[in-house]
Parts: sequence; structure tokens; C-alpha cells
Amino acid sequence: MMRHLLSTADLSRDDALLILDTAEQLAQVSGRSIKKLPTLRGRTVVNLFFEDSTRTRISFEAAAKRLSADVINFSAKGSSVSKGESLKDTALTLQAMGADAVVIRHGASGAPHRLANWVDGSVVNAGDGTHEHPTQALLDAFTMRRRLGDLDGRRVTIVGDVLHSRVARSNVHLLHTLGAEVTLVAPPTLLPVAMGDWPCEVSYDFDAVLSKSDVVMMLRVQHERMNASYFPSAREYSRRYGLDPERLGRMPEEAIVMHPGPMNRGMEIAAEVADCARSTIVEQVTNGVTVRMAVLYLLLSGSEPAIGGNQ
Amino acid sequence: MNAARNQARDDEPRSNGEVVPGGGRPVDGERAVLEAPDINRALTRIAHEILERAKGPEKLLLLGIPTRGTVLARRLADRIEQVEGRPVASGSLDVTMYRDDLRLRPARALGRTDLPKEGVDGRIVVLVDDVLYSGRTVRAALDALNDLGRPTAVRLAVLVDRGHRELPIRADYVGKNLPTSRAETVRVCLAEIDQRDAVLLRGGQR
Amino acid sequence: MTYLLKGARVLGGEPKDILLKAGYIAEIGAPGEVDGTGAGHIDASGLIALPGLVDLHTHLREPGREDAETVESGTAAAALGGFTAVHAMANTSPVADTAGVVEQVWRLGQEAGHCDVQPVGAVTSGLAGRQLAELGAMADSAARVRVFSDDGVCVSDAVLMRRALEYVKAFDGVVAQHAQEPRLTEGAQMNEGAVSGRLGLTGWPAVAEEAIIARDCLLAAHVGSRLHICHVSTAGSVEIIRWAKSKGWDVTAEVTPHHLLLTDAFAEDSPTGPYNPIYKVNPPLRTRADVVALREALADGTIDCVATDHAPHPVEDKETEWPAAAMGMIGLETALSVVQEAMVETGLLDWAGVADRMSARPARIGRLDGHGGPLKPGAPANLTLLDPATRWAVDPGGFASKSRNTPYQGMTLPGRVVATFLRGRPTVLEGKLT
Repeated sequence: MMRHLLSTADLSRDDALLILDTAEQLAQVSGRSIKKLPTLRGRTVVNLFFEDSTRTRISFEAAAKRLSADVINFSAKGSSVSKGESLKDTALTLQAMGADAVVIRHGASGAPHRLANWVDGSVVNAGDGTHEHPTQALLDAFTMRRRLGDLDGRRVTIVGDVLHSRVARSNVHLLHTLGAEVTLVAPPTLLPVAMGDWPCEVSYDFDAVLSKSDVVMMLRVQHERMNASYFPSAREYSRRYGLDPERLGRMPEEAIVMHPGPMNRGMEIAAEVADCARSTIVEQVTNGVTVRMAVLYLLLSGSEPAIGGNQ
Repeated sequence: MNAARNQARDDEPRSNGEVVPGGGRPVDGERAVLEAPDINRALTRIAHEILERAKGPEKLLLLGIPTRGTVLARRLADRIEQVEGRPVASGSLDVTMYRDDLRLRPARALGRTDLPKEGVDGRIVVLVDDVLYSGRTVRAALDALNDLGRPTAVRLAVLVDRGHRELPIRADYVGKNLPTSRAETVRVCLAEIDQRDAVLLRGGQR
Repeated sequence: MTYLLKGARVLGGEPKDILLKAGYIAEIGAPGEVDGTGAGHIDASGLIALPGLVDLHTHLREPGREDAETVESGTAAAALGGFTAVHAMANTSPVADTAGVVEQVWRLGQEAGHCDVQPVGAVTSGLAGRQLAELGAMADSAARVRVFSDDGVCVSDAVLMRRALEYVKAFDGVVAQHAQEPRLTEGAQMNEGAVSGRLGLTGWPAVAEEAIIARDCLLAAHVGSRLHICHVSTAGSVEIIRWAKSKGWDVTAEVTPHHLLLTDAFAEDSPTGPYNPIYKVNPPLRTRADVVALREALADGTIDCVATDHAPHPVEDKETEWPAAAMGMIGLETALSVVQEAMVETGLLDWAGVADRMSARPARIGRLDGHGGPLKPGAPANLTLLDPATRWAVDPGGFASKSRNTPYQGMTLPGRVVATFLRGRPTVLEGKLT
């Protein structure tokens, strides 16, 4: 009975803390001259990327390699997948190759859940459609914890295209599990219609929540939304929901600014805000490798995984 | 999940370092083979032996293997400091990621690794553990050290050597040699963790 | 061929003996009082006799997708489900938009012989929504088409819809609308609500269906035409249809068995995990409140009938990620059981009501002579016998349909069809094809 990391909603508080604590120990490895551990020697991790995401793929690849796993990169472009092979057939191929873990990035929400039905190895969701991106949320929480300490009672504001954001969904579940108070801010067009059971607050007014935030996380606005009437213009969006130096000035002193990247500088975040000392954007990238090492370690090192939801 | 968290360091055929309900109190069938004064005397002797062989504390680095090895390393460092009037470097070295039995058990939480900023290069590293049994933990520790740098020498101090080695490893400093059968369990209790000092032995007699 | 059905409960009433002779019901009488000399005797004690079921909405996939279903396999599935007539939807390849194609489908049905196949003609050429298909030619063909539908696609152009509604009056036809506002459902995957928000699947709002139904009711009233609404799925649609009927407008509607039983919660939580596209269907499964409203509407007659929207798909079109999967479920072999579960066991309909909603009314809407009962001497012997006391675990492996995309796999449902007669000839006996 293999287990997976498909959604942060599947993580208990203990699971989440175990991942973050493990990552805390593994962070030391990044500072050593030999950045490699023998732990996953002989294990095979497949990076199965149906969408271009060089950042995420490289991060998982570095994490797996630092744990001495064999890494196979399987990109959909130019492969049998682009010739019409189904996800199931791809899964059976990976299974036959003896993949111990499949890290999957896919444009379809739920694709990792489907994959988990077809392979024996662990499935790690590296972003599925407009659903979730669990390791991004974990590295965000790790980054917050390093800057702010315990997240219990901390107020996190997530601003942007919540409707299409896998980062927002994963963060809402995880931060709630860790005791933080999450507020989602977006124009009404970029929020799901029925959010009554989401464990967070929802606001249309960025300025109203700004001064009460310990963390402000800006989400990327996809270019394809800009011409689909979700908002009148990039300029108006930026004016109402962008983080500029003036808004930064109204945040509490110790509050931090986050962005999962890649950024639209000048759109959702001003360049000088992205580069300021309160921005954690570069740390987030570094921490990504560490957190993904922790996830791979906890899923793959033992006879059975220590974390993850049942599937 | 819970098992993974409780066993901060889940050892070779479980013989030491185990957190069990009841803390330092003996459970049924357990008998103390060392009491607090015995442990005290053993550590004092080992501290002197380490010092004598290293010809002073300057290059020494005592690295405990979590969880109880870390406590013992701290105590040895304190004793050496009392004798010499100068501090001696100590820390902890988690070996979980280097173990050879990871795939035999559920994935487990990592212990702490705390090293002095200067690292291990050129140091005389004394690895400290509570019980020496198969030797596999020490093997893992040697591998871990190898990835951290190049000590001048690596030595091994243990509170109890219970025999049954599976690798060509022996301790340089031993608190007590304790002949056991494989069916027996040795449990080391330390006040910092278990509210009392004792070495407890259980099982084995039919 | 003469059969004596002994002890059958007609529409769930007292046991009777029924004599079928030369394609007609010859006699119905108290047990033992009907002379069955020379007839094949069938023990029907405990079984319920219903008029042969009529499906207004079946996808037989032939011509074009014979890998999913054929007229032969689809009508065999229909007979096993208690049906004696099915309306074959027009979205085949080529589209059933000419007299030639509808006659081909009609003939394939005659040759298969498991049940009558009444082709539905496309409203617009190639289902493209640009110009009317040759509706009159299809009506005048051997297939005698009376129901026209672009099912799978909505006739969204208001002018085109108006013209179609008007035009079919000439031959007492009806336009069966697949109500789905296209712009509101671009890329839509499942009901827009709490579940779609959590799963990150593009929402399919109820208003996309309701807006078209409201518009078409007003159009039908304006031009004085008949309108039939396919697979109603929302409580709001029910309200609009109820209002239209209260005005005396000639609007009829159908509901599928799956919309009477299943909700969008299955997309998130099912025995096979989340995101299993076996639950992906057009229109999408809605909420519990919608299911309750649909059941009530079927019970009070606001919704006229049950139609299966039997939509076979090969395995590879369902064993995929959700957004890539085909929409639709098979339903012919489970329809009566689902209706028993959702409507009869809940006390909302009795067996006479089931006969009305699954046979009489759909036959009337489709202007289908010889089907729809009533079960009385002199009527064509189209009927089915159901054992209501059996419960069975759904296993698509045993289905006659070529496809396996049932959402009920592993569920236990009540009621099984024991026998079906088409004009006095058994198409199913002892639960098996003859």
C-alpha cells in the first residue's frame, strides 16, 4: 500500500510538521561542500512533466540527486505522449521501468490522482491544472517558519487569481492545518463561486487586510486571463491588487512578501518590492530543494512512507 | 507515523535509545545493571582517557549520536572542561540518512546534527553513543563524517558494549562491557531524557 | 407465438394471467381463468408487468463509432433493460441529418430485432448550428422521424431555434433541445459549485442550462410549437418548466436516471478515488438539492419522463485524466433499477407512475404508435416483466452493451428485468436475450 503526496489536504498537522522539521535538518546539507546523501541510492525517481516548468523540474531533480536517487526526466514534448499516448500507457511504461516515485506536473486537475491508480510507486504532485501544488505550499510554509517562527495564529494574505491557482489551494489547506489564519484577496471574477467551506477568509479589498498581515503572498496573473474579461485591464488590476512600494509601506514592520514565481514585475508586484529585504522570493527557491528532499526522503526511504494521504 | 516520530533515532535491532512508556522506571522483567553512580564513574574515567590520549582538549570534538549519544557527549565535554578549565567542542551527528537498514522499516524522522562552525577538518573526533551492538550505527557515522570533512582521527566512546558485532568495529573507550544474549534488550536511561540514570537489561532468561 | 404469463402483477396490482397471441394482448384475467392451451407458460408470480419501456434518448453510436456501440449491441442492452423502443440520437458519424442516414439506422434496428429503433434527426446540418437539416425529408422517410435534436450540442442561435420550432409543426414534430449556453460552458468539466472549486475543475453553471430553457420556452410559446427539453439537471430548470407548463405551453421534459441518483460529490469522493471520469457527463451531475427537485418534478409530472441518455464510450476514453475524458454514461441496463431505487422505494412513484413516465409519456412525446401501453386486451403485446424483490450488484462485465462506462459498478440496485416482449415475441426470457 504505497502512499503519495497529492494534496496538502491529505496532510495531518503531524505530517506537515514532520516534513518541515525534516527539511530543517536537511537545510544543513545545502551548506556543505559535499551536498549529497546516500539515502536513496538505487531508487529511481521519474520527473514526468507534461507542462513546461523548468524551475520546478530542476528543483525536484536537485532534491532527488542530493539524496543519490537515479533521476529520469520524462518531458511530454517530443515524446510518445505528444504522439497521443495516454497517461495510463505512460504510467504503465514507468511502472515497467521500476519507478519508485513519479513526480508529475500536468495541465489537468486530478491527473496525479489518476496516475496513483496506475503505478505502484509513490506519486508526488508537482502541480496539477488549477488544483494543487503541494510542495510549493510546503516550501512557502518552511520559508515563513524560518522568518517568523511558529505559524500558529499568523495572518497570511494571498492575493491574486485564486480561481486558477494551485498554489492558493495548497496553501489554504496547509496553512490552516498549521494554525495560520489565511485571507484570500482577489477580484470576485477570480474567486470560485462557492467557497463557504474553505478554511479561510475572503476579501475583495486588498488595502483593508494589508495592515493586518504577517505575510503577503502575491500570485502570478497568467497572461491568458488578461484578455478574458476577468478584469478590465492590466493597469486596473495592478492598481487594485498589485503590491507596490506604497502598499509595502503600510504592511507591519516585520511582515514578509512572498511570490511563488515566475513574477510579472510591474503587474502583481513592483520590481522594488520583489527585490526588497522583506521579500523571500530567492529564499523560496533555495528552500524548494530542501523541502522536496524532505518529501522524497519521507516517502521513499523506508519500507513504507511516513507521510501522505491514502490512495 | 507516530512510530517514526517517537523513534528520533530508530536503531539497529532495537537495543538502546528507545523511548518507551514509563520513562526511566523499569518495566516488568527489567533489572538495572548500572545505576547512576556507576554511570557517573564510568563517564569520568572515559573523560580522563580521552584527554590523556588526545594530549589536551584543543583538537577534540565530541560528537554524540542522537538521542542519548548527544547527551553523553555533552556530559563528557562538561567533565573535560572541569578537569582542564577550558571548554571542549561538542555537538551531535545524526546518521539516519546513512543507515543501511532504512528500507527495512518505515521512514523515520531525522535527529539533530549540530557541528561547530569550523567543521571537522583536522579535529580528533570522538563519536559518542550509548550502546555498541552490531556496529552498524558507527559504520553509518563514519560515512556521515566522511561527507563532512577530514578529521585527523576518529575514535569511539560508548557507555555499554553488549557484543554481537556484525562489522569490524571496536570502541576506544567503554563504560562497561556487558555480555548479553541477542534475545536480551539493553536500555539506557539518562536523566536529561528519562528523569533518571540507569542501564536496564531485560529478557533472555527462560 | 402464444404465451401465457401466469400471475403477473399488472402495474404492481393483483396477480393476473396475461395471454399474448399473434402480437397482441389477447386476454387478461384472474389467475387460472385464462385458457392457455397451446401457449408457452411463463411463471410470472411476484413479477410486475409494465408496458415496454420507451427511451427518448439513446446513443447507439452506429454509424461511425461501432467500437463503442452498435445498433445490435445497444438494442440488446435496451431489451435487457425492459425497453421495446429507443430513440437513436443523431450525433453519429455521419450525422443523422438526411433521410438516407435515418433510414439506415432504422433498418439496422429492424434487422437487430431486439427493440424498435426510432431515429432522431439532427436539427441542423452536421450539428453545426448554421442551417436547418432537411427535416421534412427525414419526417417523410421510412424512418418517420418526429423528434429532432442536435443533442450533444445546443441549438444556441435563437433565430435558428425559432425556425426549427416553427418548421416541424408541419409534420407534428418536436425539437428536443440540449440546453447548454456555449459561452458559459467553455472548457466546463463539472457542476460549478463547492466541489468544482475545491477540485480546481472548470465549473459548468446551472444558469447555462436554465437560460436556454427559459429562452426556448418563450420561443415555443411565441410560435405555438412543441418543445422538448433533454436531460434536465437543475432545480432552476424545473422551476422554469413548471412555470411554462402553468401557462399552458406545450413544453415537455425528460430527466436521466443518473441525475435522479448521483451528485457532483462523486467527482471528489467515490469508491475509486477522486477525479474518476466515470462520473463525467453532460449535463454534469449536480447537487443533492437538484436531485431532490428533479425527483419531485418527475413525481408531480412537471418532468414528463425518464430518458437514459445512454452514452457508450470505449474504455480508453474514460481511463484518462478527467478533462481529457469523454462525457457520458451507459444506462439502458440499469435505468429501471435506478428509477425503482430513486422513485419507487422512496414512495414518490408507484408502478403505474413508472409505466407512465418510462413508457406512455415518452411514446406520446415521440409520437410512437404501438408503444406506451396501456396493458389491456387488444393492445400490441409490448411489455416487460420485472422482479422488484431482487437486489443485484452492478457488474458491467455482464452487460450486452459494448461499453462499460457505468457509474453504478459495485453498487447494489433493486429490481431486475426477467422478460421483455416485442409485439408478442420474447426478446428477453429469464433475464437473458432470446
